[in-house]
Amino acid sequence: MEAFLSVLTFVLIDAIKAGTPLLFATLGEIFAEKVGNLNLGVEGMMLMGAVMGFSVGLSTGSPLLGVLAALAAGACGALVFAFLTITLRANQIVSGLSLTIFGTGFSSFVGQKLVGEALPESIKSVFKAIKIPALSEIPVIGPALFNQDILVYAGYIVAVVSGIYLYRTRTGLNLRTVGENPGAADTAGINITLYKYIHILLGGAFAGLGGGYLSLVAVPSWQDAVTGGRGWIAVALVIFVTWNPYKSMLGAYFFGGLSILGLYLQSHSPIPQSIFDMLPYLATIFVLVMISLKKSKENCAPKALGEPYFREDR
Amino acid sequence: MKKLLALMLAVAMISAALLSGCGAGSSGDDSAASTGAKAVKAGFIYIGPIGDGGYTYAHDQGRLFLEKELGAKGVTTTFLENVAEDASSEKAMKDLIDQGCNVIFATSFGYMEYVDRVAKEYPDVKFFHCSGYLSNDTNFVNYFGRIEQTRYLSGIAAALKSKSGKIGYVAAKQIPEVIRGINSFTLGVQSVSPTATVNVKWTDTWYDPTLEKNAATALLNDGCDVIAQHQDTTGPQIAAEEKNAFAIGYNSDSSKAAPKAYITAPIWNWGVYYVDQVQKILDGTWKAENYWGGLKEGVVDLAPITENAAPGTKETVEAIKAKILDGSFNVFAGPIKDQTGAVRVAEGAVMSDEDQLSCKWFVQGVNGKIDK
Repeated sequence: MEAFLSVLTFVLIDAIKAGTPLLFATLGEIFAEKVGNLNLGVEGMMLMGAVMGFSVGLSTGSPLLGVLAALAAGACGALVFAFLTITLRANQIVSGLSLTIFGTGFSSFVGQKLVGEALPESIKSVFKAIKIPALSEIPVIGPALFNQDILVYAGYIVAVVSGIYLYRTRTGLNLRTVGENPGAADTAGINITLYKYIHILLGGAFAGLGGGYLSLVAVPSWQDAVTGGRGWIAVALVIFVTWNPYKSMLGAYFFGGLSILGLYLQSHSPIPQSIFDMLPYLATIFVLVMISLKKSKENCAPKALGEPYFREDR
Repeated sequence: MKKLLALMLAVAMISAALLSGCGAGSSGDDSAASTGAKAVKAGFIYIGPIGDGGYTYAHDQGRLFLEKELGAKGVTTTFLENVAEDASSEKAMKDLIDQGCNVIFATSFGYMEYVDRVAKEYPDVKFFHCSGYLSNDTNFVNYFGRIEQTRYLSGIAAALKSKSGKIGYVAAKQIPEVIRGINSFTLGVQSVSPTATVNVKWTDTWYDPTLEKNAATALLNDGCDVIAQHQDTTGPQIAAEEKNAFAIGYNSDSSKAAPKAYITAPIWNWGVYYVDQVQKILDGTWKAENYWGGLKEGVVDLAPITENAAPGTKETVEAIKAKILDGSFNVFAGPIKDQTGAVRVAEGAVMSDEDQLSCKWFVQGVNGKIDK
């Protein structure tokens, strides 16, 4: 039992770490989709955030500037997407995919000179685990939840604040209206273009931060393609958590946990590792099926998702 | 009509520019290729980005070495990176040939059948394919290196360092190449501490820094205190560094990423082979021969052992290395038992190359499993 609990603790600690970049990216994508724009460029924005965060962190030695650079880089990527899809009303799928391709190339290009470089101690020490007194003493979940690095804690706060913002504020209501029924929102005097721009940029910044977490905290040494497809998992996660920021915490840590659990179980179980690799996607399909069976409005995609808004079409 | 034509031209131009610009790099003096029939222009196709700091990086270092050594003799090189192991590799090769390449190095296993096909189509071009098994008698050969020899040596270094007797091994895919590496590493470990175990975790990917790190962390949490890897990133070494443990790298000297953990790494020196082959082409003495070089040929080596190693490691490793070099010791010499304890290679016998290339079982001392 003792041994089991200690293994469980290890799994949970790493699951939350693995889930944190997914959480940021998922929250970002929730904002973009809640205003009606399906941004498939998450992977690209994450990579842009990862490379810019790393390179600024490396050259300045400042963790704060590194994080800010990651946020800014993700937002820049999102700006391209926003301009294409809002102002030019280009196809969202194509624009998002090209953003992913662009971001991947951008990070390889900028990262060429960074390969093999490692971050200085001044950054690594800031991102070490910080114990929260009392709370971290709770068995099993204590160390998992409350003995983590500062960005993991930031993730908790950002998720909760996002939830409050979406469901408990006037602006949140407005932004949901933009995604559900832009015609009605327009009639009510909501500035649709502004709302879309702001939240897509915010979403990009979060995706950039998710990428930055990977290169600044998870593996503080530059390697190309550091995201390894996590941007795509985030896109699936948005559906899995039914566009809900609160649920996104559970979802992100669960998906993160699946990859970790596979590693711990593989030598003790007959289940091949590839099954665990499939689970996040299987779970997403399962949720999709459940949503369409239950037809509950709360859990559906924003109605105007993927459709450009023309005022004259009303 | 005019407009349509202009549009079509524009599209054609843009796509041509994109295609040729996409991941292509060229360096050296291109004009040399056209000056004489003897000039060699070598084209390389890579599975990953040259900036992976691992497998493709090592091949590209080989290319640069070739350019440095033989550039004065009119040898130029060019490369295409991120070439998938499908029909696009065939197109990549043809593109390189169109650009004047008369020597092609295809550096990943999955290109094999496409190389075979293109080699028949272009009998005047010489094709070199890394890690495959197909070849012909005229213009298509395969090449690889006995990295197992240096993995064995790195196993010695790991075992000398380990206090817990549990060594972790983060492994990519369940194919003979990787299994062979784990076996030779384990034999190296057991040559100095017979009771030590090598604990294997599969990641199912060659390249994912974070996942590789997680796998290493799982091993460290399980009590391992030295981590080895058959992966293309430094993730496992960083995990070891964070947990105050030690690590054996792979592919290239990676002491920068984990300075306090990194002990040594089995590394590739592809440049040795590339220069040798191209020199033979220049001399007119080249023959279509497959190549599986080892320490002796210089195509594989062990990176310099750092101060993180246990005292005396260098001497022990050097002694065995000398024996491998003079041929008096073979890594896969019997007796070798498998995980069940059954003798697979009898005393006095040596595992054949064929058996090594198709190896699908672990030696005794490996704690891990191969999915059937």
